[in-house]
Amino acid sequence: MEKQWLEGLRNTVERVLTIPYYQERFGAIGINQAEDVKSLRDFQRIPLTTKEDLRKNYPFGLFAEPMENIVRLHASSGTTGKPTVVGYTLNDIKLWAKIVASELERAGVTKQDVVQIAYGYGLFTGGMGLHYGCEELGAVVVPISGGNTARQLMLMRDFGTTVLACTPSYALYLAESLEESGISRDELKLKIGIFGAEPWTEGMREQIEARLGIKAFDIYGLSETMGPGVALECPAHQGLHIDEHFYPEILDAEGNPLPVGEQGELVLTSLDKEAFPVLRYRTKDLTTLHYGTCSCGNVGWTMERVTARVDDMLIIRGVNVFPSQVEEAILSLGEFEPHYLLVVYRVGSLDQLEVQVEVDETSFFDEVRELEGRQERLQRRIEEILGISVRIRLVEPKSIPRSEGKAVRVVDKR
Amino acid sequence: MLQLSIFLENAKGRLAEVISLLAELKVNLRALSLADTKDYGVLRIIVDEPEATTEKLRERKVVVSLTKVWVLKVPDRAGGLAEMLNQLVQHDVVVEYMYAFVEKEHEQAQVVIRVQDQDIMEKAMQKINLPIR
Repeated sequence: MEKQWLEGLRNTVERVLTIPYYQERFGAIGINQAEDVKSLRDFQRIPLTTKEDLRKNYPFGLFAEPMENIVRLHASSGTTGKPTVVGYTLNDIKLWAKIVASELERAGVTKQDVVQIAYGYGLFTGGMGLHYGCEELGAVVVPISGGNTARQLMLMRDFGTTVLACTPSYALYLAESLEESGISRDELKLKIGIFGAEPWTEGMREQIEARLGIKAFDIYGLSETMGPGVALECPAHQGLHIDEHFYPEILDAEGNPLPVGEQGELVLTSLDKEAFPVLRYRTKDLTTLHYGTCSCGNVGWTMERVTARVDDMLIIRGVNVFPSQVEEAILSLGEFEPHYLLVVYRVGSLDQLEVQVEVDETSFFDEVRELEGRQERLQRRIEEILGISVRIRLVEPKSIPRSEGKAVRVVDKR
Repeated sequence: MLQLSIFLENAKGRLAEVISLLAELKVNLRALSLADTKDYGVLRIIVDEPEATTEKLRERKVVVSLTKVWVLKVPDRAGGLAEMLNQLVQHDVVVEYMYAFVEKEHEQAQVVIRVQDQDIMEKAMQKINLPIR
């Protein structure tokens, strides 16, 4: 296996060595040509690539092909500075479509399906990545993009949508809206959900599956490495199969490689991308890798569900806190809806965490003791999981903003 | 008798907002009580058309639930309420909460009582024959 991986990795090393930025960085550690990477150990000496490297070379500085060979650009939202721009050759686009198509097929999507793509279309890779994959597969694509929930539900019924692709938080919002819409579940043909682009928990999967009456599959990807389709679950739901066109590694917080089976930051290298090859790209996503044969018959790398991003981590009174841990607590008790918001603020010099959850008509709030009991149980469960004290604030229904794309789970006022 | 229980988030002006909404809906508040915990409040009201009012409030995104309560006339003399409660206690009735109001027309004092167990209360009421509204 190592030989085969090395061949792919050298291929990418060779490609990026046409780019001055990489020539300089690799030269400093004695890698001037692909052949200098003789083993996986050598490969692990190669400096990691970060979002910062992409920003420094904004917009096209890390493209390995001249612009005349580029057929498409995508970019991440540059909320914290300049966006990160990625380019694709026609071959890249075709490869991406093939990867997504074969993964969807493994999840049970066929050309008989009607796929409603409620991921955003545009510079974000979610919408178009799924779109081309579905067309490659031969399924009917409904490119509705995100938002306009009432219309989503109407077309879902009228077009006989069988597959829904969106973020898990939007899927939950659609489920909630369906319950209030007057459209009954029996009028829908929905059976599969392809959900990703944000961290979510197993409890959230169960909730969405139960409320929409579907099988939910976790899809993973990021624009820097291609877009959605880097990995997708199979019906065995024993992790996401990483596509063979990517080589994964797991690193600890200091950037040292961790053995298979340990949790850390996922680092990806593309093996066949032309326009925008990436070497050891830090995804900021926390997961665990496994290698072997899945019960579905697939042999290769799998990654566990990403429940947290390094960037989402809050440090509260010195303790690491992830929003997904709060989600897990809420869902494990099942006494509140999984709509929540973490508000971090400071009183004097002390960090405080407030978790807002919504009450509804079924919350028995007239029985003050019952509701306070629920509030206390949730507080205790969250404190057990996080190891820090927390304040639960009950808010009115629908007062926590619903997301049509990636959910906002944290307001940090510090 | 059905009481409306309205959830009030602990936010400035929320009570005034809800009361104004009730005014806008032309709801006559016959009785009112406000329970507050450290994190939220519950506004309990008795109105003429509880079901219809509940529906209208829900349309306006107010969290409201209907709760079965008992509205009893209190004998108009010192010790009247104590007498009544003692009778209920003798029949094993447990009171969750209670609030009083005066009906203007007859200057009649009344109490709204929420009990823990409806069956016990019903049996008690058959035996002690208290004046109900």
